[in-house]
Amino acid sequence: MSINEKIVDDLVKNKIEFVTTVPCKQLAGVISVLENSDRVTHVPANKEDEGMGLCAGAYMGGMRSCIIMQNTAIGVTFNTLATLIQYYQIPLPMLISYRGEVGEKVACQVEMAVHTKALLSQLNIPTYHFHHADQVEELDAILNHSFMSNKPSAILTDANFWRTAQ
Amino acid sequence: MIRSDILESIAPVIRDHLVVCNIGLPSQELFALDDQPSNFYMLGTMGLSSSIGLGLSIAQSKKVIAIDGDGSVLTNFGTLPTIANNVRDNFILLIIDNGSYGSTGDQPTYAGLKTSLASVAEACGCENVVECSAENTADEIQNALNSNQMTIIVAKCESGNIPVEVIEMNPVLIRERFMAEVRK
Ligand SMILES: [Mg+2]
Repeated sequence: MSINEKIVDDLVKNKIEFVTTVPCKQLAGVISVLENSDRVTHVPANKEDEGMGLCAGAYMGGMRSCIIMQNTAIGVTFNTLATLIQYYQIPLPMLISYRGEVGEKVACQVEMAVHTKALLSQLNIPTYHFHHADQVEELDAILNHSFMSNKPSAILTDANFWRTAQ
Repeated sequence: MIRSDILESIAPVIRDHLVVCNIGLPSQELFALDDQPSNFYMLGTMGLSSSIGLGLSIAQSKKVIAIDGDGSVLTNFGTLPTIANNVRDNFILLIIDNGSYGSTGDQPTYAGLKTSLASVAEACGCENVVECSAENTADEIQNALNSNQMTIIVAKCESGNIPVEVIEMNPVLIRERFMAEVRK
C-alpha cells in the first residue's frame, strides 16, 4: 500500500467523510487517491479559509471533515481557526504540506516555513511534524485525538517525509 | 426596505429550514426578529456563510438557506466557483445586497457601484441566479424551495440598520442546538 493510500485509509478509519483540499506538489498523490475514492466526498476549495468553512458546515451536517493544504496558507486561516473552528469547538485535522523545510528547492518557501510552527503554537493548536515516512503510523491516533478533543490539529509533512515515503 | 425588513419578511419562509446567517448585524437582527434553534449564527469569520452552508448541504439532505451579504461575498469570492461546481439542490444562497458594509458603518461596497454579484455568480457557472427586489425576496425563496434546485438569490435593498443587541449566546450552545435540529 502506498503512503497516500495509507493516509486516506486512516481518514476513513476515523470516520472522516468530507475532505477539502487546496493543492501542493507534495500532496498531489494523496489528493489523487482522494479524488478516486468513493469512501470520501472531496470538494476542492479555492482558498484555505473557504475550505475550513466547508469543513465546519459538513461537520455540523454530520460528516467528520479534514482539510489538506500547504503551510504557506496558515496566515490566511488565522481568523477562521480562532473565530470559527476554535470558538465553536469544531474538530478539524489539517494535513499540511510543510514546504520550506530541509530538502526544499524554492528559497522563498523557507520564509513561511520559519513562521509555521510559531503561528500554530500561538493558536495553541496541537502540532505534529512528520519528517520520516514511518511516522505516518501516528496519523490514526492523531486523528482520533483531534475528534476526541473537538480541536483542530496540524500534521506537518515535510519534504523528507515524502522522499522517504517513495 | 432595508436588510432587517427583508429578514422580517422572509422569517416565516425560512423558519422551518436550516439557516446559516452571516456575521454581525444580519445575525443579530435575525436573532432578535425570530430566533430559532435551526439558525446557525456566525459570531466571527466574515465571508464564510456560503461556504458553511454549502458544506452543510453536502453532508445532509435537509434544505439549507445561507444568508450572506454583498460585502461578505466580495471578501470570499472563491466561494462562487465552488458552489457552481458542486451543485446541491438542497442549497439556497441568499445574498442580501445593500451595496454597503452594514455592520461596519455603511461604507459603500463595489457591489453597490459597478460590480453585479448576480453576473459574477453566473460567470462562475451558477445555473439558477435570481436578482430580485427586497419586496419579492420571500416569494423568490419560496420559489427556490419549491423548485428543488440550487438557487442563488441576490436581493437588492437599501442600506441601513436597526438598533439590535449583540448575541450573547455561547457559540458551542449555538452549534449544538443547531446540530440537534440537523439530526431531527
Ligand atoms: Mg452589505
